Amino acid sequence: MALTGIQIYKFLPKTNCKECGQPTCLAFAMKLAASQAELSACKYVSEESKKALEAASKPPIRLVAVGAGDKKIEVGNETVMFRHEKTFFHRPGLVIRVKDSAGPEKAAKTAEEVGQYKVDRVGMTFGIDGIAIQNDSGNAATFAQCVAAVSAKTTLPLVLMATNPDSISSALEKVAKAKPAIYAATKENIDKMIELAKKYACPMAVRSSDGLNELAELTDKAAKAGVEDLILDPGVRGFGDTLVTFTQMRRLALNKRFEPVGYPLISFPGEGVASPDEEAILAGQHIAKYGGIIVLDHFSPAFVYGLLTLRLNVYTDPQKPIQMKPGLYQILEPKPTSPLCVTTNFSLTYFSIAGELEAAGWPSWLLVCDTEGLSVLTAWSAGKFDADKIAKTVKGQNAAEKVSHRNVVIPGGVAVLRGELEEALPDWKIMVGPREAMAVGGFLKEHWKS
Amino acid sequence: MPGVEIPIEKWTGKIKEVKLGGGKRKEIVLGGENTLPFLSFEGSVPHPPTVAIEIQDKEPAGWSPILLSAWGDAVKDPATWAKKAAEYGAEAISLRLVSAHPEMGDTGADVAKKTVDKVLSAVDLPLIVIGPGVAEKDNAVLVAVSEAAKGQRIAIGNCEEKNYRTVAAVCISDGHAAIAKSPLDINLAKQLNILLTDIGVPADSVIMDLDTGALGYGLEYALSIRERVRLAALGGDAMVSMPVLSHAGAEAWRQKEAKASQGMPPGWGSVEERGIIWEELTALTVLNAGSNIVTMMHPKSVERIKATIHKLMGKK
Ligand code: SF4
Repeated sequence: MALTGIQIYKFLPKTNCKECGQPTCLAFAMKLAASQAELSACKYVSEESKKALEAASKPPIRLVAVGAGDKKIEVGNETVMFRHEKTFFHRPGLVIRVKDSAGPEKAAKTAEEVGQYKVDRVGMTFGIDGIAIQNDSGNAATFAQCVAAVSAKTTLPLVLMATNPDSISSALEKVAKAKPAIYAATKENIDKMIELAKKYACPMAVRSSDGLNELAELTDKAAKAGVEDLILDPGVRGFGDTLVTFTQMRRLALNKRFEPVGYPLISFPGEGVASPDEEAILAGQHIAKYGGIIVLDHFSPAFVYGLLTLRLNVYTDPQKPIQMKPGLYQILEPKPTSPLCVTTNFSLTYFSIAGELEAAGWPSWLLVCDTEGLSVLTAWSAGKFDADKIAKTVKGQNAAEKVSHRNVVIPGGVAVLRGELEEALPDWKIMVGPREAMAVGGFLKEHWKS
Repeated sequence: MPGVEIPIEKWTGKIKEVKLGGGKRKEIVLGGENTLPFLSFEGSVPHPPTVAIEIQDKEPAGWSPILLSAWGDAVKDPATWAKKAAEYGAEAISLRLVSAHPEMGDTGADVAKKTVDKVLSAVDLPLIVIGPGVAEKDNAVLVAVSEAAKGQRIAIGNCEEKNYRTVAAVCISDGHAAIAKSPLDINLAKQLNILLTDIGVPADSVIMDLDTGALGYGLEYALSIRERVRLAALGGDAMVSMPVLSHAGAEAWRQKEAKASQGMPPGWGSVEERGIIWEELTALTVLNAGSNIVTMMHPKSVERIKATIHKLMGKK
């Protein structure tokens, strides 16, 4: 979290010696707060103040990565309790758990299947983010073999789940390069787990079986030993307890700056619930309420699609509505003779017009312009949905090659653009559609002759 | 290392209690909590959120086959439907007068009155009645509904900024609760509550419908408006402290994801599971953000969301 100039000023020598190039210490503090200067420019800051400044400028919840490369899961670094206060930044990772007791082939097959799961939404592709492998057998060699088999079949980040440090150690020997998360350090094994996390530079989960006090002691110990990429399991399960505890931890980290819980969470919605359905509902709660790494025991595409959609909703920046990727979208397998309609890339605008076209049974081409996620009228008044933009999108998306006609329907709300558009698109006939998406079926019925 | 001190928020406000039913009818109380949803470690949540089942007065058209098969022939008659809903665990019935819509049958006050009479005598649950959503027709049929249900304390909606006087007036005279519907905007919600209380609707007889959206379709707005309204209410703003109603079922089941059974990408999974989880996640999200009553549609989602609420209330 960024400090203000005044907060930083308190740690400076207040001698105004000007050696940093600023007229006063306060001026220097202001530059620091604005990230326009480096603390090292002042030679006179005490070691103590330096440490305090570093600690104070640390994010209240650490950003932790599981895995390496472009598929790594990054969680943490959240700054608010409620998304409307700013936004939630790092989408929780959805991870599927397999067990080594199932045998390496079966575990690897599940991992492979899960890794192939893909679903498109608002022009983006989502899938499962990682695989957790549990040392159900208790045997280190069995575990290592299973982990190796899984990692041969997937490039997704891994979570290695064992309480026996030997199991973790033999698995890390095979896959440490991929930076898997170690789950979990507990009161009983923490010293050995810390050694492993340090040796292989992997993130480490810490699990408490006795509340937040024990958890704080364990993370404090790990941090002091130099293992700071931590993920927390406060040991609670189920709906009520996770809601309460996760809320308390987020508050402690953000409002009290209580560092020992300033790390992302790992949760297991499948533990302590009655059915896979309930697991999915609880996973939904963890998406909305402070989850980080969410480990699922069941993989059902319908549930996962629902959860990924929820995650997209919850983690949308309130200042930046969900946007469709601009492009030429096909509604109900259109033919070259089907209508061509123009809209904006605000997802709700797109969905309502696409939904109406579908409901009315009109195969059509829907040309989505980049309006930075604004709806028709807002985009128009902000100058982001004008004749120029529409003309460029028509050309850029090669609409003329997809349709055999030269008619384009624009939203009724921007009827004023017709004249300019006729100039910008001289080959096209501009048709002004209805103002409301609901009326598009009726409009086409009356005016569209294919 | 010092012990961890759990931060407790001290709220000054409280959600108003609104009673529905009573007398020979079962009574439910909405609201009453003085803390954020389910955080009973720092306040009290005297009444768990209610799960109502939504039915309508006309055989549904264009509904998901999953929903239709769950209800069978009951959808042909609102009284039978209400009874079956009660058997499936509904804690209230939300009746939508679809047939009064000019394009859905254009039935009048007499039909609405009869339907409400039938439903009220079929079940002893509290009732919510929602008009067809067209101002003139809302006013015509809801006046008749109010009179038919006099003494039963039902909730009647919707009152909207552009059309609230008629419904508000009959709620006052017949002792019902008014549902104040506003479009995902805290200021408009507050404004409407002020208008309603100004013309004499008691503050304990207003329920807010803040608009819901569905999973994938604006649910983030529904979530944030509820959290903002809840925080304002607990912070002491009495004019947004009315209980919140969310039509989670109708919104979720309207979406393609809940309905489509053929030609969907494999990533969407089975249609049997998809619609239900769509409804459940929509309901769960608005409950965790602050809703005192959710109306739902599929018996399975009703069962699971009731179980979820039970657990969130700290019961095992
Ligand atoms: S160098 Fe340090 S002490 Fe000197 S003016 Fe700059 S901030 Fe102040």
